[in-house]
Amino acid sequence: MATIYIDGRPYAVDARQNLLHACLSLGFNLPYFCWHPALGSVGACRQCAIKQFRGPEDQRGKLVMACMTAASEGARISIADAEAVAFRAGIIEGMMQNHPHDCPVCDEGGECHLQDMTVMTGHDYRRYRFAKRTFRNQYLGPLVHHEMNRCIQCYRCVRFYREYAGGRDFNVFGIRNLAYFGRYQDGVLESEFSGNLDEVCPTGVFTDATHKRHYTRKWDMQFAPSICPHCGVGCNLSPGERYGMLRRIVNRYHGGLNGYFLCDRGRYGYEFVNGDQRLRQPRLRLAGGPQSLPQKQAAELLGEWLADDRVIGIGSPRASLEANFALRAVVGARHFYAGVADAELALLRLALEILRRQPAAPLRSMESADAVLVLGEDVTNTAPRMALSLRQAVRQQPMQALEALKIPAWLDHAARELAQQRRGPFYIAAPAATRLDDIARELWRGAPEELARLGFAVAHALAPESPAVAGLAPEAAALAGRIAAALRSAQRPLVVSGLGCRSTELLQAAANIAAALRRLNKNNGRNSPKANSTAEARPDDSSSENDARLALAVPEANSLGLALLDPHPLSQALDAVRAGAATVIVLENDLYRRLPAGEMQSLASGLDRLIALDCIETPTTRQARLALPAAAWAEDDGTFINYEGRAQRYYAAYPPPGEMQASWRWLRDALAVAGREAGRWETLDDVLRALAAEFPDLAAAATAAPPESFRIHGEKVPRQPHRFSGRTAMSANLNVSEPAPPPDPDTPLAFSMEGAPTQPPAAILPFAWAPGWNSYQAWNKLQREIDGPLRGGNPGVRVWPAPSSGERYFRDVPPPPAARAGEWRAVPLYHIFGSEELSRLAPGISQLSPQPYLALSEADAARLGLGAGEALVLILESQRFTLPLVIRPDLAPGLAGVPAGLGPLQGLALPAWCRIERA
Amino acid sequence: MLAEQERREIEAELERYPRRDAASIDALRIVQRHRGWISDDSLREIAEFLQMSPDDLDSVATFYNLIYRRPVGRHVILLCNSVSCWIMGYAQLRQELHRRLGIGFGETTADGRFTLLPIVCLGACDHAPALMIDQDLHRDLSPDALDRVLEGYR
Amino acid sequence: MNGERPLTRDMKPDGEPLSLQEYERAGGYRAVRQALRMAPEAITRLVSDSGLRGRGGAGFPTGQKWSFVPLGAEAPHPKYLAANADEMEPGTFKDRWLLEGNPHQLLEGMMIAACAIEADVAYVFLRGEYTLAARRVERAIAEAYQAGYLGRHPFGADRGLELYLHVSAGRYMCGEETGLLNALEGKRANPRAKPPYPQVSGLFGKPTIVQNVETLACLPHIITHGAAWFHGLSRGVDAGSKLYGASGKVKRPGLWELPMGTPLGELLEEHAGGLRDGLKLRGLLPGGASTDFLTERHLDVAMDFTHVEKAGSRLGTGTIIVLDDRTCPVGMVWNLEEFFAQESCGWCTPCWSGLRWAERLLDGLERGQGSEADLDRLEWIVKFCAPGNTFCALAPGAVEPLGSALKYFREDFMAHIRERRCPWS
Ligand SMILES: Cc1cc2nc3c(=O)[nH]c(=O)nc-3n(C[C@H](O)[C@H](O)[C@H](O)COP(=O)(O)O)c2cc1C
Ligand code: SF4
Ligand code: FES
Repeated sequence: MATIYIDGRPYAVDARQNLLHACLSLGFNLPYFCWHPALGSVGACRQCAIKQFRGPEDQRGKLVMACMTAASEGARISIADAEAVAFRAGIIEGMMQNHPHDCPVCDEGGECHLQDMTVMTGHDYRRYRFAKRTFRNQYLGPLVHHEMNRCIQCYRCVRFYREYAGGRDFNVFGIRNLAYFGRYQDGVLESEFSGNLDEVCPTGVFTDATHKRHYTRKWDMQFAPSICPHCGVGCNLSPGERYGMLRRIVNRYHGGLNGYFLCDRGRYGYEFVNGDQRLRQPRLRLAGGPQSLPQKQAAELLGEWLADDRVIGIGSPRASLEANFALRAVVGARHFYAGVADAELALLRLALEILRRQPAAPLRSMESADAVLVLGEDVTNTAPRMALSLRQAVRQQPMQALEALKIPAWLDHAARELAQQRRGPFYIAAPAATRLDDIARELWRGAPEELARLGFAVAHALAPESPAVAGLAPEAAALAGRIAAALRSAQRPLVVSGLGCRSTELLQAAANIAAALRRLNKNNGRNSPKANSTAEARPDDSSSENDARLALAVPEANSLGLALLDPHPLSQALDAVRAGAATVIVLENDLYRRLPAGEMQSLASGLDRLIALDCIETPTTRQARLALPAAAWAEDDGTFINYEGRAQRYYAAYPPPGEMQASWRWLRDALAVAGREAGRWETLDDVLRALAAEFPDLAAAATAAPPESFRIHGEKVPRQPHRFSGRTAMSANLNVSEPAPPPDPDTPLAFSMEGAPTQPPAAILPFAWAPGWNSYQAWNKLQREIDGPLRGGNPGVRVWPAPSSGERYFRDVPPPPAARAGEWRAVPLYHIFGSEELSRLAPGISQLSPQPYLALSEADAARLGLGAGEALVLILESQRFTLPLVIRPDLAPGLAGVPAGLGPLQGLALPAWCRIERA
Repeated sequence: MLAEQERREIEAELERYPRRDAASIDALRIVQRHRGWISDDSLREIAEFLQMSPDDLDSVATFYNLIYRRPVGRHVILLCNSVSCWIMGYAQLRQELHRRLGIGFGETTADGRFTLLPIVCLGACDHAPALMIDQDLHRDLSPDALDRVLEGYR
Repeated sequence: MNGERPLTRDMKPDGEPLSLQEYERAGGYRAVRQALRMAPEAITRLVSDSGLRGRGGAGFPTGQKWSFVPLGAEAPHPKYLAANADEMEPGTFKDRWLLEGNPHQLLEGMMIAACAIEADVAYVFLRGEYTLAARRVERAIAEAYQAGYLGRHPFGADRGLELYLHVSAGRYMCGEETGLLNALEGKRANPRAKPPYPQVSGLFGKPTIVQNVETLACLPHIITHGAAWFHGLSRGVDAGSKLYGASGKVKRPGLWELPMGTPLGELLEEHAGGLRDGLKLRGLLPGGASTDFLTERHLDVAMDFTHVEKAGSRLGTGTIIVLDDRTCPVGMVWNLEEFFAQESCGWCTPCWSGLRWAERLLDGLERGQGSEADLDRLEWIVKFCAPGNTFCALAPGAVEPLGSALKYFREDFMAHIRERRCPWS
């Protein structure tokens, strides 16, 4: 800490930071543009000018840029100094020379950092009387809209896109007042993180192209604190609604997880909620055809069927903990089955076993890892936001040189110039290329078993107690040695794996490495985060995370939540049906994605009553006797448990429209009809209480967010920004008297702008706003200190206790995979756009999704004389799929790459041996 | 595809730097020397050779005024418009060039013979006004002398 | 003052460059042999003692700059040296003379500087339009390599030195020392933040020295003749001889090597021959486009760093640009600001917005569309672009002639406003 003097008064600030960081942390309103808490300082915009004085005697002082000046002990500065104030107004005036002043037609209007800063500096009269420069806009794809004339040349976009996110197809062109930010030619932005440009750009150059099609101003939207439903990372989101339509998603800051950034799947996947694939009406399939039912009648019918004692339930990794638990309560623990393939359930159980022993690293602490091994996971396509954090890790080791030269890490370009293209140790072993390969020091390709063997070898090199690998190829052994050496000499090594390869051994190998690292770490006493002041591990809500050495990507938003409810394997559900179970309730799940089509067919045909509860139409709902429309995640409240075991609550942005309702309410209503004792829940809190009673381990999930009874000064937390027009008149065409806001019996939030005006706890903070800060930059005002946790701490709680010490090693090293003549090992390949069930229904995402294909290595294709695009037949057990060939030079020979979750390939049990024929 | 000669010349430059992309400006100059200007195709070829993205290379190319991203004539006239030449009669020289060639700055004569561009101080201020055509500096010019100077470039 | 002209003495009257042999016959490449026998610190001390200040415009003491470079076994390598031969400051043409006339002198200077900082790789960063200089420097480098003066063991020494010519693709910003580093790295020539200073983290993240051509050319002579001799070359407080030049409507525009501190009037009258007949002096820029105007009142100012600064301007590059009474001062300033606005790299707001605004206002004034409020705005832009307010020194330099023109030629600006036209047109 250091004491600095701001306009004569002393303040204690973080001496390792710059003065802008210090002033903002203290709550001062100091305008800025080019600085960004995650991107650091480069001193381009000159907006954050303040006066600095040499000492108490110095009366004149000197203008300095707060972002470029260290908060050193005894520093004396003035924000209010007249010259500084005038200079800051001048900067805005200069930036506005070319700005089109088109706020009324600009999508950024009302949440524009440029607007906020213009008001803050008091610039209000245009004196530049000459022509403005104008530019042509580019087509950047279906997700990001470009409007270059609004640019103020702060350079944030290129810094984010290229330097932070590693994108290569975007840059700045030209010079002087004609700097142009975009692509060298029109085209779809390649980065999976392109949507962040919308929030990184302080004005309306980059805006959300999907939002544009159903645009609503920020102040007219209704928001909710939410969690992304599209993968297992659990990024925090702020969905916005108007007129019962979901309008867009923006990032909701989480100091331990997503920070300021989302992936494009999470940002743009939301449109499935508005789509025509929604299941909107209860539907009963009768001999004469389907018949729509009103909600009440449908619930009664369900209740009658529940009276049958041969009811079983199939849960879902994309449904909330509460919905899964409700189903389990309805059918009884003995009849509750996992809505995932048996192999996946086994992997999830294994992951839980591992994670109970070893804490998982939160995203933000991954950024400070100084040696990384990614074992078998294509992180960008399975847990996308995690990849952005991992990308930052390669800067850690080169940045250690900063200290010797006394260059602070926040001095971003100096740090990058010193590091040049040097990168810390980063190793990737995967079946095929991943989108992080560009930062890897070494790559290793192979079948999952081979990757696992490499992993076991690394673990053994780190800890002799971990089993050795017999018969390892010399190159693999040498690489394992290099990886182990890099991990061993790192301060904060990290191993990342996951369920992507669907390989038990791979997870076990990763676990052994992490265990070995934890042991080494303890022996060396190196787990103190102070070991390196340029890049500290960020303390999260548990100190054990500082020595987290492991992360395992899990497939879906609530994969771990489902596994924690102890479901029985799905195959046993099939057995139960064969044994006579007549009624099956499928919760928010398309079983065609879980089972080979044939098995699903036989399940459905052997059944009297298939009941599907879902928010979208799927092959399963179409098969169902009774299909019940569930609220989509943006219309629902619930809890997801992410890859770290962090329970996070998400909330409805608006009540479920029409006949839809939360799944647990459907089940509750049916139970009431059935006259059962259990399940008399009135509110979500009741469900959580029942859950905690049954699963003491999950009791913490109930505390992930405040209960419904939580009030601030007796008031609920408003979901809508305060404003003086707009929403109150929304239904004036129907009725001039203002309707009462819809009730929300489940949460401490109100569907209204009325309510407590102060900052609520982070878990129930719906959107970023602070007086004078209408843009996303308002997060600065809501954090404990800049870039730190939100006030009240990072949302969510870990559901299992801190792991005990003592390492155990998995001992079953797989043998090397034996090649089979005429057969290929089919492995899943993942696509950020397309592999996930809900997001691919969003038009923007589906446009970017590939068509089903079959991938072979260049060598294999050449050997068979096959050409790209040629139609092939993939033969997997009894199934045959005709697919075009994609030749992937990066795929390990002997593997057949099958896109996960796409079209007819979605239910395949992979990895598996397959045969391939010419069509 | 870069020509053999271009590739060889760029490779020679690569030896001078610890990083491949550090030779980007040299490479652009080399290819421009051979092809007159840097087309989108040229840009892509150079970028590929240097293992850069075309976007990253174009960001560099568009910064520097001696890299031409549009086609130029057989000869490029760089007319100094900086202060000493301005004092010494740049305006008349410019007018005369516009008149004789029938083109403004940034334009190329219909016969593809000349492209006219303004240039900052050529460091010939003691012999102002001055201009360059291709590699040659011409000094102490007057509008009348232009005929003789232009004659040398067919 | 001993009247010697060490930098230009050996140059041939026909302007042809000295070959390696000719250079050696004139005593060349002896100093570097001497330097190789000296400890790096001793060279730096000698150069410090000589009082050599950088000739690129800023006048920073050369020895002091070198002293920040880490030396010895612990120092990072490779270390770099760059000769700044970008010379794009309007009105400046001095380095061209040295490059074209005696390239080996520059190379020897670079070798000496490389000894002092233990550099491994050196670049001559040459502006693209200096095609003749490029051919001659290239040739000289080849000769030096052939003679074994460059490469693995120059002059049989243990430490190697590779020396390359880099021909730039344009832009004034490349002359700014950190912009030059980015350009050498094949990037856009935006400036870099200081600290870290290039001496510690420069080219490719390694310790680097950037030095003007003329500065480097002084080094062999300092090594050969010593610090006291170098002081003795000067008439003023700063040491050495200096290349001075004059352009504009003077009788004999040109370049001269003269004792540092030669009075401005002497330069103008004796060497440049005074203004052309019938013309009167209105003002002059003493050291290139980015220096403050001086006027008749200042003709007795000694042209050294210290005295020109006292007079309210900067020695800059020492090449004066003369404004006569038949040339419009507003037009001249417009021309200058148009240059700077055009060459702004576009990184920092005061520069790209302020200079363009100034240029637009001056253009308006020239066309008779200005008002008194415009002059206030121009004054405001001068302050807006003051040192420290911008990222690099381009914009502060750019507003020096503007600020001083508003001071010295206010009446001419007012005439444009009153008459709604340029009185000179
Ligand atoms: C915009 C700008 C352009 C410059 N151009 C040159 C140049 O062309 N040549 C030069 O030697 N110095 C130039 N300088 C000064 C250099 O930044 C640097 O100070 C100089 O090269 C250091 O060498 P010296 O100490 O030998 O003078 C320029 C500075 C600025 C701000
Ligand atoms: S003052 Fe600013 S915009 Fe101008 S050249 Fe320097 S950094 Fe670039
Ligand atoms: S001003 Fe034209 S050559 Fe210098």
